[in-house]
Amino acid sequence: MAFKNEGDQKAYWNENLSLLFKLLIVWFVVSFGAGIIFVEVLNQIQFFGFKLGFWFAQQGSIYVFVALIFIYMKKMNAIDKKYGVEEE
Amino acid sequence: MSVQVLTFIIVGASFLLYMGIAVWARAGTTNDFYIAGGGVHPILNGMATAADWMSAASFISMAGLVSFMGYDGAVYLMGWTGGYVLLALLLAPYLRKFGKFTVPDFIGDRYYSQTARTVAVICAIFVCFTYVIGQMRGVGVVFSRFLEIELWLGVVIGMGVVFFYTVLGGMKGITYTQVAQFCVMIFAYIVPAVFISIMLTGHVLPQTGFGATLSDGSGMFLLEKLDMLSTDLGFNEYTSNTKSYLDIFCITFALMVGTAGLPHVIVRFFTVPKVSDARKSAGWALAFIAILYTTAPALASFARVNMIETINGPDGTGMSYAEAPSWIKNWEKTNLISHDDKNGDGKMFYSGDERNEMTIDRDIMVLANPEIANLPAWVIALVAAGGVAAALSTSAGLLLVISTSVSHDLLKRNLMPNISDKKELLSARIAAGVAILIAGYFGINPPDFVAAIVAFAFGLAASSFFPVIIMGIFSKRMNDKGAISGMITGIVFTAAYIIYFKFVSPEMNQPDNWLFGISPEGIGTIGMIINFAVAFVVFKFTDDAPQEIQDLVESIRFPKGAGEAQAH
Repeated sequence: MAFKNEGDQKAYWNENLSLLFKLLIVWFVVSFGAGIIFVEVLNQIQFFGFKLGFWFAQQGSIYVFVALIFIYMKKMNAIDKKYGVEEE
Repeated sequence: MSVQVLTFIIVGASFLLYMGIAVWARAGTTNDFYIAGGGVHPILNGMATAADWMSAASFISMAGLVSFMGYDGAVYLMGWTGGYVLLALLLAPYLRKFGKFTVPDFIGDRYYSQTARTVAVICAIFVCFTYVIGQMRGVGVVFSRFLEIELWLGVVIGMGVVFFYTVLGGMKGITYTQVAQFCVMIFAYIVPAVFISIMLTGHVLPQTGFGATLSDGSGMFLLEKLDMLSTDLGFNEYTSNTKSYLDIFCITFALMVGTAGLPHVIVRFFTVPKVSDARKSAGWALAFIAILYTTAPALASFARVNMIETINGPDGTGMSYAEAPSWIKNWEKTNLISHDDKNGDGKMFYSGDERNEMTIDRDIMVLANPEIANLPAWVIALVAAGGVAAALSTSAGLLLVISTSVSHDLLKRNLMPNISDKKELLSARIAAGVAILIAGYFGINPPDFVAAIVAFAFGLAASSFFPVIIMGIFSKRMNDKGAISGMITGIVFTAAYIIYFKFVSPEMNQPDNWLFGISPEGIGTIGMIINFAVAFVVFKFTDDAPQEIQDLVESIRFPKGAGEAQAH
């Protein structure tokens, strides 16, 4: 057993899940939200030479995706350390 | 020097580089062959993953698709990159901790069932073959156009190169070759895009040039001009949708979960030393992929403007066919573009209505782009080398999964458990060789259904692998019966829907006949939901997974103690 006790193990997993949940909400909002569901509303807004909804669908969502993975990596490594389950 | 000579030199040099790397990194053990000894640096692995995953379709076809589809093309852009987020957050770290070689290995062990393993092996082989045929075809198209040799000879050369470094080097050879291929590919994609962006808008970055004003003095935004051209010519407005939003939603979702379930991509995360490296590697992979994927839509719009303006002429009434630029003549030879002078005025005209006289294949947009924009010959040669690099890197990764599935999942774990490491390695090599021959055959004699079965590959991955792996990690108690029945109903539903509309009654393939208006490309989303639902219902009426399996699941949920990936 890598954890000090069962409570720690539960807490670790819950923190992991809540991090995943938050990140996946952002993932959904920028792609399915801004790029598809609300695209026509956002297209009323001009963003440089783009309609904003179109920009999210073809550019913006991809930038956010990259950022999400790096944020996940950083936060998850910190959670591992907090519970002492990181790799040697 | 002519384009042809330059192409020979640049493509030839890139081949020598790949083979040199293969000799340097040849595999000695099954461990080297399957997972490169598990010691690849995360940034290099990120590049290799990016090259593995960006196929001939990403390099050659995607910008062309977006160029013709406009806003709707976003399904590919978001679908293929968004799936990476799911992969990185929900699958990669846990599968790395689990520490086996293949996806069927995980499914077989987690659900303590040979049936589950066998279903997974069959899906993996099917998905990979579908893909690899398309890649070989891509190599053939590039060779036949730029080197002006027969298509079959192009495919054979491509097969030879892949055979050499896959069979010799296994995963180790492939990984380091893919790093080189990534560099060739991305350079080849960016250079023409930057040139064209500067010419059209004065911006160095295509990503900002895409949203900038044109430098022709009109002061119009590029996209504004494109919308105007499109509607004038009877096309749909470039920045608006033609498909229904529900369909766009479902296709994007199916492509995302399909991407996350692709076996040749998942297996890349077994090659890094640690779980934290698997996380980091996924981030770098998507960052490298994003370079191409954010350039593609820019390139698509540049190419569209350029193409319309060269064909219809500056005054928009049509360009004389006798004085047509050389790229039109060059591509006419490949039958990918043709002109039919309907009104007999000797001029070409391209539009979305009855005035149209041109048939243009979407696949030529990226390859012909440098010619359309009059870029120097070496840029054209570079694009050819990039297209080949994209096709080869993906084929190699797929062939490896096929050979591993045969030698490891089928022979070692199923039929011949006592096989020695040496014999297993030999059978992996033979399987890779046979797979290349089959792929090459279909590359030269493509069945009509290649394009149709790509939807199939993603649909299957979405409705089979993704849900079972997710449940395997996030539900400790999910049992074999739930997973198997979920997987089977998911696949059967998705396959039946696609087969019906693509093969049995293609004439019925119209929005009015679709279930909730969802096209066969997007039906994997529903297949996935059915898989989850059936699995949970069956699970409710059967026993929990045994204690040792629940302990196994507990142990993959945190990184500590992840050794190198092991066969057992």
